[in-house]
Amino acid sequence: MPVLARVIEESGISTVTVTMMPDLAAKFRLSRIVGVEFPFGHAFGLPNDLRMQRAVCEAAIKLLDEAAGPESRLDVDIEWPIESAVAYRDWQPAEPSPIVAYNIQRRQALEGERQSRT
Amino acid sequence: MAVDSYKYLPRSFRQGYESAGASVEGPVWAPMTTPVNEATVALLTSAGLYLKDGQAPFDAERERNNPLWGDPTYRVIPRTVSQDQIAASHLHLNTRDFCIDFNVALPIRRFEELEAEGRIGRLAEEHYSFMGYQERTCAEWRSRYGPEVAQRLKDAGVSALVLAPA
Repeated sequence: MPVLARVIEESGISTVTVTMMPDLAAKFRLSRIVGVEFPFGHAFGLPNDLRMQRAVCEAAIKLLDEAAGPESRLDVDIEWPIESAVAYRDWQPAEPSPIVAYNIQRRQALEGERQSRT
Repeated sequence: MAVDSYKYLPRSFRQGYESAGASVEGPVWAPMTTPVNEATVALLTSAGLYLKDGQAPFDAERERNNPLWGDPTYRVIPRTVSQDQIAASHLHLNTRDFCIDFNVALPIRRFEELEAEGRIGRLAEEHYSFMGYQERTCAEWRSRYGPEVAQRLKDAGVSALVLAPA
């Protein structure tokens, strides 16, 4: 996603990126970054929580209005209201994604090879 | 509060993200040419949203067969969309909440409110949905789909884009 933000900003359109990983966005040197400490998949908050969603949207337009130069960042001061361990489990898919499954298989194969050599 | 960027990241991914160096490219900057309350604003998500009727899901089958690949295409979501028209295709997330309230990823309804209150000039007619998992270089986003969306935004008179990775 930082790639899209950069391409579109370079075309002359002002962008603001609302992200759960503002440190990563900063590594891509994006123009305007709004950080939220929310689980993945929930950049604007909980379903049907209009106040939370609205607060994040307002942070985005505030940064569009006020950022004086590139690499501006604004972190939203809202704590996720669900216990961390529950939220951590809940955002993840029911099955491991293909790349995660692929990496697990590869690790197991390498471990099997290592054990067969010893 | 300072946001912890790694709070919800699987522990096995954390070290790779934390130790990654800064981009060798310079910063990017397109200044706002009009105040936000006069600007046309569009939204972009990487939540893998698509319209059940008339749009294909993102290609999960090809990704299952080639886990190093992710569908680089995008879907146009009109501002008139209703919740019952939305579906999501994304193998890296629990997509349940997108199907309850798509505004958690693409807050069209909230930006309509901001438009009605005069806080933004206008909400664009079209918004954009990508699927966030991509091959390492994001080559198609850089060379094809990013420039294509940028041109569509310009053609629609959009001067500010709110992007949200999922």
